Amino acid sequence: MPDTLTAPIKTSTGRALRTEEMVINMGPQHPSTHGVLRLELVVDGEIVVDVIPHIGYLHRCFEKHAEHMTNYQQVIPYCDRMDYVAAMNMELGYALAVEKLLGIKVPDRVEYIRVIMAELQRIASHLIAAGTYGLDIGAFTPFLYMFRDRERILDLFETTCGARLLYNYIWVGGVSHDLPPGFIDKAKAFCKYFRPKIKEYNDLLTFNEIFVKRTANVGVLPADVAIAYGCSGPMLRGSGVNWDLRRDDPYSIYDRFQWQPQIGKGEMGTVGDCWDRYIVRIREMEQSINIIEQALEQIPEGDVMSAIPKRIRPNAGEVYVRTESARGELGYYIISDGSTSPYRVKARSPSFVNLSVLPEICRGSMIADVVAITGSTDIVLGEVDR
Amino acid sequence: MEQFLRNIIDNNFFIYGVMAVVPLLWIVPYALFAVWLERKVSAHMQDRLGPMRVGGWHGWAQTIADILKLIQKEDIVPTAADRKLHFLSPWIVFIGSYAAFAAIPFSSAFIGSNINIGLFYVIAVSSLVVVGILMAGWSSNNKWSLFGAMRSAAQIVSYEIPTALALLAVVMIAGTLNLQEINQQQNGWFWQWYLFRKFPFIFVAFVIYFVASLAETNRTPFDIPEAESELVAGYHTEYSGMKFALFFLAEYANMFAVSAIGSTLFLGGWNSPFGDFLGGPFWGVFWFLSKGMLFVFVQMWLRWTLPRLRVDQLMYVSWKVLTPWAFACILGVGFWMMF
Repeated sequence: MPDTLTAPIKTSTGRALRTEEMVINMGPQHPSTHGVLRLELVVDGEIVVDVIPHIGYLHRCFEKHAEHMTNYQQVIPYCDRMDYVAAMNMELGYALAVEKLLGIKVPDRVEYIRVIMAELQRIASHLIAAGTYGLDIGAFTPFLYMFRDRERILDLFETTCGARLLYNYIWVGGVSHDLPPGFIDKAKAFCKYFRPKIKEYNDLLTFNEIFVKRTANVGVLPADVAIAYGCSGPMLRGSGVNWDLRRDDPYSIYDRFQWQPQIGKGEMGTVGDCWDRYIVRIREMEQSINIIEQALEQIPEGDVMSAIPKRIRPNAGEVYVRTESARGELGYYIISDGSTSPYRVKARSPSFVNLSVLPEICRGSMIADVVAITGSTDIVLGEVDR
Repeated sequence: MEQFLRNIIDNNFFIYGVMAVVPLLWIVPYALFAVWLERKVSAHMQDRLGPMRVGGWHGWAQTIADILKLIQKEDIVPTAADRKLHFLSPWIVFIGSYAAFAAIPFSSAFIGSNINIGLFYVIAVSSLVVVGILMAGWSSNNKWSLFGAMRSAAQIVSYEIPTALALLAVVMIAGTLNLQEINQQQNGWFWQWYLFRKFPFIFVAFVIYFVASLAETNRTPFDIPEAESELVAGYHTEYSGMKFALFFLAEYANMFAVSAIGSTLFLGGWNSPFGDFLGGPFWGVFWFLSKGMLFVFVQMWLRWTLPRLRVDQLMYVSWKVLTPWAFACILGVGFWMMF
């Protein structure tokens, strides 16, 4: 903090004027805390001296619920409700963890369906992230453009499993429904439709002079700080660290596709600023389309139900499986005591970890920047609090 | 009795009263229309339809329904609020933007008050708005409102300077502050408008005026005082019901006021763009309102396209970009007039 800000202000008679910092409460009901996050801001005028995040307003005891289910499948709807804008990714991580515990191999068709769904969900989630980010910066229209396109993805999900937000689609050992007739053509049509839309977002928002001014060089998260805090996902890649679990620790069948993880390069300002985190998401959508297109070409025929176990009763033991959700490294740590329900389920949620870095990068910025930085971390409070 | 009525009609106060109400006859329907238009413009820009139900055709009665709803709403005053100031501030804001209409020439035959210092009066009286906003922010006893009010005060005071300087460039050529006279000087075809005179100085001044006027009316990209995503609703966070409606009305009235000044000084006001085609006092109203509404539309267009600046960037734009360029325009016009 520069001295000029903390030096006492003198009146005309030379008497020192007493000034003090103001504590201001941002949230839990605030338009841009993306849910029920409460930020306690200590401000000196418009300058933010400190930020203290208070979480827990959306705590729904996911882990305790998981222990009290009568079987492993029943946990899946609760996984949906953690990160409710990327529910497919949440289900996928849990299903993979239980399958690893059971030692099942799922049919190829199931693997492909899961990858297609997870990547579609990643696009849908990034659309929300980018759209609401525009909203945080004050641009309303890109938000609705992105929701228009997200709607098409939700329509695809709806034709597949009947639900648009919380699917209960990816089950242990399979998926709840096979792809409906015509899905592949519709998904291909969507890919063709979506590619030019990314350019539209870029024209409208990404390279808008005001948007760049607001986000470049704001909330710079250096790579070493990001690693030290355990950040992951677009937050980590925005800081220039090339780390994507889909490539570096491939799960499911991600090693079969050609694509490139995207990292922030500091094109508009410093590496690791808000603009970098934003552009990583935009470019990841393009890469997800690449993966989906390849998967749609390669998908084999098969029975999606064949590997679903009649009764899930893993041997006593424990497992940790990590997947790349839309927000970063999603880990499930499951302990089995040999009964039909998990003894313990711990979810390592990426939003929670990414949120912890917020005070570090907010100090010394302005109130408007706190909004920009919070938006660029793309937290979902359902997943932070679980 | 007859004598009594005659006295009232002859009395100047009666005339003043009528003259004072006439702008209101324009502002209220205009505000209702503009709010509806804003919704429709934003909706169509955002691939939606906007209000479609109330009143039948494209939801034309939506804002009327909204006003009726606002009138019926409970007027909530925070317990810790300064009740007097809290009550007074929406009126001051409204008066500030409404009083400006007194000197705006709607047509060659109608102007509320044809005073010699019309332009000066409009600039002066519209800065009354900032007092009301400060009062609203302070009296609400809400930190977010206070932030909004402080930002607003800084912003409006800063942007009045480039606004006034840009207008001065025109005044230098016109040699008068009387808005009616400025209009008469632009009589004829559209190349007679001040916008195209002393090219490009006045043109640049016009752009400066327009940008600064967006900030004066708290419109995007300068809507920092009420920045929804940062300050919840800025200075009017704690207002509800009719008081909120007054702030709303004032905002739209202000939008038209700055547009009207812009069209009067730069686009020939009530003059027809095509010489004598559709000229005269009656068509003058039409031309004046269309020019004003054109600006209002552009303001809406910008609002639904651009993101918002940050406070420091806002000050930068005012003091380091607009103000020096406005001075350059004045200098340019001055040299042009001397040589």
